[in-house]
Amino acid sequence: MRLAAPLHRLLELVDRPMAALQRRIGPQRFAWIFLLPNLVIFAVFTYLPIVLNFVYATTGGLAVLPSERPFVGLENFASLLDCRDYLDPSSCSKDLFWRSLFNTGRFVVLQVGFMILFSLITALVLNREIRGRGFFRGVFFYPVLLSPVVVALIWKWILQREGVLNAWLVAFGGEPVQWLLDAGWSFFWVVFVSIWAHMGFYMLILLAGLQAIPKDVYEAAEMDAASPWRMLTRITLPLLMPTMLVVVVLALIKGVQTFDEIYVLTGGGPGSATMLVVQYIYETGFAAQPRLYGLAAAASLLLAALLMILTLLQLRANRKSYRG
Amino acid sequence: MRTWWIGAAALVSSAQLALAATELRYMCYQDGNECDVAEALLEDFHKANPDIKVTVDTVPYKAILESLPVQLAAGQGPDLARVTDLGGLAKYYLDITPYVNAAYWEENFGATLPWFRSGPGDKGIYGMMTQLTITGAFVNKTLFDQAKRPLPGPEATWDQWAEAARAVAKATGTPFPMAIDRSGHRVGGPAISMGAQIFAADGTPRLVDDGFKAFMTKFVGWMKDGTMARDVWVSQGGAAYQDAAQEFINARVVYYYSGSWQTGRFEKAIGDAFDWEVVGSPCGPAACSGMPGGAALVGFKRTAHPEAVAKVMDFFAAEPVHAQLVERTKNVPAHKGIAAKGLAYPDATPAGRKALQAWAAQVAKVSPVAYAYQGYPLNRVMFNATVTRVTQAIVGELAFDEAMAKLEADIAEAVAQAKK
Repeated sequence: MRLAAPLHRLLELVDRPMAALQRRIGPQRFAWIFLLPNLVIFAVFTYLPIVLNFVYATTGGLAVLPSERPFVGLENFASLLDCRDYLDPSSCSKDLFWRSLFNTGRFVVLQVGFMILFSLITALVLNREIRGRGFFRGVFFYPVLLSPVVVALIWKWILQREGVLNAWLVAFGGEPVQWLLDAGWSFFWVVFVSIWAHMGFYMLILLAGLQAIPKDVYEAAEMDAASPWRMLTRITLPLLMPTMLVVVVLALIKGVQTFDEIYVLTGGGPGSATMLVVQYIYETGFAAQPRLYGLAAAASLLLAALLMILTLLQLRANRKSYRG
Repeated sequence: MRTWWIGAAALVSSAQLALAATELRYMCYQDGNECDVAEALLEDFHKANPDIKVTVDTVPYKAILESLPVQLAAGQGPDLARVTDLGGLAKYYLDITPYVNAAYWEENFGATLPWFRSGPGDKGIYGMMTQLTITGAFVNKTLFDQAKRPLPGPEATWDQWAEAARAVAKATGTPFPMAIDRSGHRVGGPAISMGAQIFAADGTPRLVDDGFKAFMTKFVGWMKDGTMARDVWVSQGGAAYQDAAQEFINARVVYYYSGSWQTGRFEKAIGDAFDWEVVGSPCGPAACSGMPGGAALVGFKRTAHPEAVAKVMDFFAAEPVHAQLVERTKNVPAHKGIAAKGLAYPDATPAGRKALQAWAAQVAKVSPVAYAYQGYPLNRVMFNATVTRVTQAIVGELAFDEAMAKLEADIAEAVAQAKK
């Protein structure tokens, strides 16, 4: 009550000039006054970086300040896309970009495919009345809580030359394997670790989707003596499709953006066997010498275009599923 | 009259205040105790120059590599810094020639002054190597003794060292005969020893020649046959740096090619666990050269106090101070006078002292090509591209010749971008 009076006075103080302003510019334009703080924040932290990204992508040289960079038009894009044979990265002028792009494609297909499969299986199991269900839900979700760097370091200790896995192999009379020095094994492990780290999140979404399916549908199917497989394929999966769609698109976008875990686990090596496109952008723009900001900006715009296509596909698929 | 006196006194006191307010920021990173020693030595400077206050900001090396260039490009940053990318930051350096005894600097730091300069026509004085490093090899002497093999002599070639290291590793069950840091700088010396010229006659970079290919062919072959520790190069992607010091400390490498800056670390970490020695750089047909390098103290032209910055740099360049700096940080002196007299390194262990003296002796063997390579402003481009492309050849992503062609193209592109 004590506070109410000064607050009221303060509001009155603000009210008069605001009312005057509203009368002067009209209620439609007046809305912009309220939007202004938010718009300024968006402009500075979102739109300006996007504009700067285009500026860098269309300029060359090694200077950091845009004013000192010469305009080169689409030269950076042309350089990235300059290939004799698009299926052979070695024939491309920027072969590391293409290798990272192919790796990203391979990684996304394998990681998203297997992760959704395992998430679905886990969600289906944990949706049943089993003992220790809460505990297992916690166990599968736990890696999601870990920082990607911690995940990568844990697995590095397991997989390195004298890591836990090789110690076990040797203890059981086997030969140690260079898990992170062989291109094939390295790729397998980055996919595996990524699935291990993120599966819990998608499992949780699918679990929520499963729990949203009305129980009476299953009861009706049981009364009709439908087999469990038939219930899965004719009830569960079709009714889970909208949730599945969200999971697929989220996983695809996250998959394309993967960087930190792999960077710590393998550094993109051996060679460029596990280098994904985000790492290529980081290395080109920030880690390598010289820092080719223009090339990195152009590559990031190409990646943004790829992600936009994925998002549009999601919107289109969503629309279709809502229409039935 | 009274007013006049009051005015004069106020003017004098404000001038004094302004003088005392000359504050300089020194951005420093340390491998060991370099910034701590510099800070301790600066106490004498402060006593002699009460009007100047130098604040040492000790930062991680990553800040020097990544933040400092951006700060300088934006017109910000410290007055002084300890840097390693000498050529890359050259355009920001302050020329202290007008404020110092140029003849003294030329006489004592003449060999390294060109590393800071923008080109052959540039005669400015921009910095001083506070830590001169030389790349070369350490050997685990105990493993040689256990294998009953003598150390190859000072003129031994790369092939002779490889053969000896393989034999010792086999006899002692050591996993890796040899290891070289994953760094383009580190393989520069061996390539120059094999005849690499690095530059064309007109001074433009031409890294891939017969000498360079000769060493890289051996190197890739040694990676494949297990002579070299493959993990060091293959366990990383891109141009990331990776050393093999921990493997040497753990006595898992017979012969480790790195550089003088590892001496202090080995002194501390190895202790009396085994005997180790510095054996310098193996010979090739052209030389027995390592690569020089290290860290330097530079001033930046954006400073508001160029004369004070020059004063600080001149203080560290003075023979007694510089000798203390090098001795207490256990480094090889870049100062000609100090190098000629030699240093006692009283704080070093006998093994450390012997190693530091062995490194100092290596300076004379450094090829002029190596000095030129170290002084080239875009040398980091060449180092990084070497690491990336040679690793691709090692893992079989690219055929050797293909990797060499890509390496040349990478350097050509970077040079073209730098000209824009």
